[in-house]
Amino acid sequence: MDNSVIVKNPPLVSVQDVCQTYDNGASGQIVVLDKVNMELQRGEIVGLLGRSGSGKSTLLRAIAGLLQPSQGTITFEGKLISGTSSEVAVVFQSFALFPWLTVLENVEIGLEARGIKPAERRQKALSAIDLIGLDGYESAYPKELSGGMRQRVGLARALVVHPKLLLMDEPFSALDVLTSETLRNDLLDLWSEGRMPIEAILMVTHNIEDAVLMCDHILIFGSNPGHIIGEIHVDLPQPRNRLDPAFREILEEIYSLMTAKAGSTNTIHSQPFLGNGIAIVLPKVSINELAGLIETVAAEPYNGKADLPPLAASLRLGVDDLFPVGETLQLLRFVEMEEGDIRLTALGQRFVESELDDRKRLFSQQLSTYVPLAAHIRCILDERPGHKASAQRFRDELQDHMSEEAANDTIKAVTSMARYAEYFAYDEESDLFTLDNPS
Amino acid sequence: MVFLPHNSTGQRAVAAFARIRILPNIYDLIAFVLLGGAIALVVHGTADMSGSLAILKTQTISLKISHLPEYALRTTLRMFAGILVSLIFTFVVATFAAKNSRAGQIIVPAMDILQSVPVLGFLTFTVTFFLGLFPGQQIGAEFASIFAIFTSQVWNMAFSFYQSLTSIPTDLDEACRSFKLSAWQRFWRLEAPFAAPGLIWNTMMSMSGGWFFVVASEAITVGNTDIRLPGIGSYLALAIDQKNFSAIGAAVLAMVIIIVLYNQLLFRPILAWADKFKLEQSASKEQVQSWVYDIIRHTRLMKRLSVPFVWIGQQLMMVRFSSAEHQVNAADSNHHNKIADYAWFLCVLGGIGWGCWVTFDYLQQALSWGDVWIAFTSGLMTLLRVVVLIVLASLIWVPVGIWIGLRPALAQRIQPIAQFLAAFPANVLFPFVVIAIVVTGANPNIWLSPLIILGTQWYILFNVIAGAASFPTDLKEAVAIYQIRSWTWWRRVMLPGIFPYYITGALTATGGSWNASIVAEVASWGNTQLEAYGLGAYIANATTAGDVRRVVLGIVVMAFFVTFFNRILWRPLYVFAERRIRFN
Repeated sequence: MDNSVIVKNPPLVSVQDVCQTYDNGASGQIVVLDKVNMELQRGEIVGLLGRSGSGKSTLLRAIAGLLQPSQGTITFEGKLISGTSSEVAVVFQSFALFPWLTVLENVEIGLEARGIKPAERRQKALSAIDLIGLDGYESAYPKELSGGMRQRVGLARALVVHPKLLLMDEPFSALDVLTSETLRNDLLDLWSEGRMPIEAILMVTHNIEDAVLMCDHILIFGSNPGHIIGEIHVDLPQPRNRLDPAFREILEEIYSLMTAKAGSTNTIHSQPFLGNGIAIVLPKVSINELAGLIETVAAEPYNGKADLPPLAASLRLGVDDLFPVGETLQLLRFVEMEEGDIRLTALGQRFVESELDDRKRLFSQQLSTYVPLAAHIRCILDERPGHKASAQRFRDELQDHMSEEAANDTIKAVTSMARYAEYFAYDEESDLFTLDNPS
Repeated sequence: MVFLPHNSTGQRAVAAFARIRILPNIYDLIAFVLLGGAIALVVHGTADMSGSLAILKTQTISLKISHLPEYALRTTLRMFAGILVSLIFTFVVATFAAKNSRAGQIIVPAMDILQSVPVLGFLTFTVTFFLGLFPGQQIGAEFASIFAIFTSQVWNMAFSFYQSLTSIPTDLDEACRSFKLSAWQRFWRLEAPFAAPGLIWNTMMSMSGGWFFVVASEAITVGNTDIRLPGIGSYLALAIDQKNFSAIGAAVLAMVIIIVLYNQLLFRPILAWADKFKLEQSASKEQVQSWVYDIIRHTRLMKRLSVPFVWIGQQLMMVRFSSAEHQVNAADSNHHNKIADYAWFLCVLGGIGWGCWVTFDYLQQALSWGDVWIAFTSGLMTLLRVVVLIVLASLIWVPVGIWIGLRPALAQRIQPIAQFLAAFPANVLFPFVVIAIVVTGANPNIWLSPLIILGTQWYILFNVIAGAASFPTDLKEAVAIYQIRSWTWWRRVMLPGIFPYYITGALTATGGSWNASIVAEVASWGNTQLEAYGLGAYIANATTAGDVRRVVLGIVVMAFFVTFFNRILWRPLYVFAERRIRFN
């Protein structure tokens, strides 16, 4: 690389080979982030896009200095990040406002931490409150405010300390559609008019439209382990229009990236979930969601093949909601997803046309063939004379390969599917898998 | 200033804040009277504490009603001194236990055992210790009494605070870290406010519980030491000695007035103020009302006068005792050195072993295994009493509590009464039972037993009322639609619905009953003394005789019984209730 270029335009944040792993008892480590590299330039809004579990929030927290990555380096203005910095402020998904402090006191908290005198503190806080459109709410407590207003307080609290970098962790996902639209537009106005004292914004989101509406660069994260699968440059002028063909094209591109399988053209035999054999991490998905998606794709106007962006928009589903459902269906071979499309297989079509009992039979058959963990549990239940087995035993078995939380979720997912398919039963009281379905 | 171009409104707001109104209003007047009165009472009450013990001997307790306000004041101050010490202990020890995992490994189980140690058994040692610390001075006896109150109040407060500190919400924790709040700022801005509702509730419960012990700890007889500190407890003890019914009545009335007063003047304002610390994101419907709090909020001059204190508070808030620079992420700091962990574990184990050996060695110098057997069988007898009475009280109060709780209007009126009854020191009423037993010639082994639950049964009642009152409306409607009645209604609907609340109440009642057995199994009226066979009587008799070894043995056995049953019965039930039956 040319040295002079780096000197001329040093990135605000530089992330190099960052890995994040957690110890998992004796059995080894769980990788959350795998060798992530990225740079954040001044004057940019960068989005980190991916489903839950892709490590995007972990990366944001590492940049915030809230956690120390296991490997790799993160530099801010050329200096290694160690611990939180006064140049970086965070806006939280849950707002993280102190319920016992008023709006004004909440905004002042960062200034107080720096030992700024009360009078100066108040003036700065009032300016920030004014800027963000919270005039008149200074003495209100957070619980008196609506979600949108609360997130404005979170924003004012972040801006008042004059950070160079603003980190936003799913800032709009706890808000309803209309509220997040307003807040996003206000934020973009302040940014484009240069009225916010910040140099760059890094934002984590699972909403693809949000990312395309706001960001100059979008980094797309793949799961298991979290890694960057693609980067998209959004060159559209602000304000952006959802109906603009160029906008739609970028959406398509992102969906294709997210449904593409790494290094594989044969989509049927690759699977999106981490691990193999019985140790596949399954997402928590309800049977109703699975059946609902199959039926939606089968019905008008999709008739068995749907383009993901309009499908997601019409169902009001984010990446977090749509992809786990689609991918579970793909694992069971009811659908195929590729190039931003979702298509019903012949089996999926049969499922839609069947009655409840036949649906269960189909589901049970797919479960035993394509979910090794379900087959494994069933096999052990068949072998045992009493047809009973402790669920904890399987949880422990899974924990050799994944985190405790993922193991619990996976067991829950398998239980829910097996209960529907009447493949085996589960008794919560005794935490036992059994073969006897009460009839 | 980056915001300068657009902050005209900001400057206007600053000007508005600066506009001063200092004319006093009527609320100022009332607030001044209240504040002035409180200060005068504290000064007056504490002035006499530092006399010598000789004065105490000459100034005997008088049963004149005119002395009662003075005695009431002294007793109340002891209670508040106990609360103050408990709060300091809570802030220091519970915080330490929560922040330092190794300290927590010792402190938490230690507190768990200490809270099952009978408070009244302590008196023997503490009186000797504090009198030795201040020979010939009244303050020693005062400290012994305050210490007894403290040991009855502190544990649930400390536990509540510890639990709050260990369950701080992640997002608020991250917000504090990202804004680099110092440990000091973090404590006052995040941890203390977050823990406040639980701590305040437990402080009120402790205050109630303390009455029982203040009555027992003012008139202290240990061996040949006989001390009567001026206070309601001594007044009552004398009234019982002299069989003076009107004096007992006056003491009870004085107690009722004090309890009502400090609830109105102190706890309700604090509850009303603390409403904002509740970690709920939506405004709650029911707010605690307090006229005192309303007065304080409406004062004008008082607010101006408090400005210097606010300023001092703000300055203190900016103090940085420790830098936030060394903050590491929580996951990293959990990586303990395995060897150090084992070494630490061995040290703790060694310490416990040494403690056990010292106790054993001390006891075996004068006691034999026969004594242990006697103490243990007495314990079984008291256990039988506690179990039978808790079952009886449950059979009575659970249906009554459900009946009241399902009628909101009634529940609102009964609930404060039940809480007041739980606060009322039941030992005051013991003489009446003693008279009844003497007159009827009944068997004290059976009929003294109800005394141990006299004061504690109300915990069952008001918890069940609370449970039934918070039973979800939609479930009530479902019950009506499907016409669920009689046994099905009890078994499938109501009993599971109130179960978590019942467990809380029964757990508290059981703990209190063990403590009460020390004063309940030996009760007197004038020269008449009745005794029931049990561990409580064993400890009480050993205390009166000044037999320290038997007191220790009794305490150890009782602590064992209480801890054992907490572990094998209550804890699992509690966990079960929390996991399976709690709505939400």
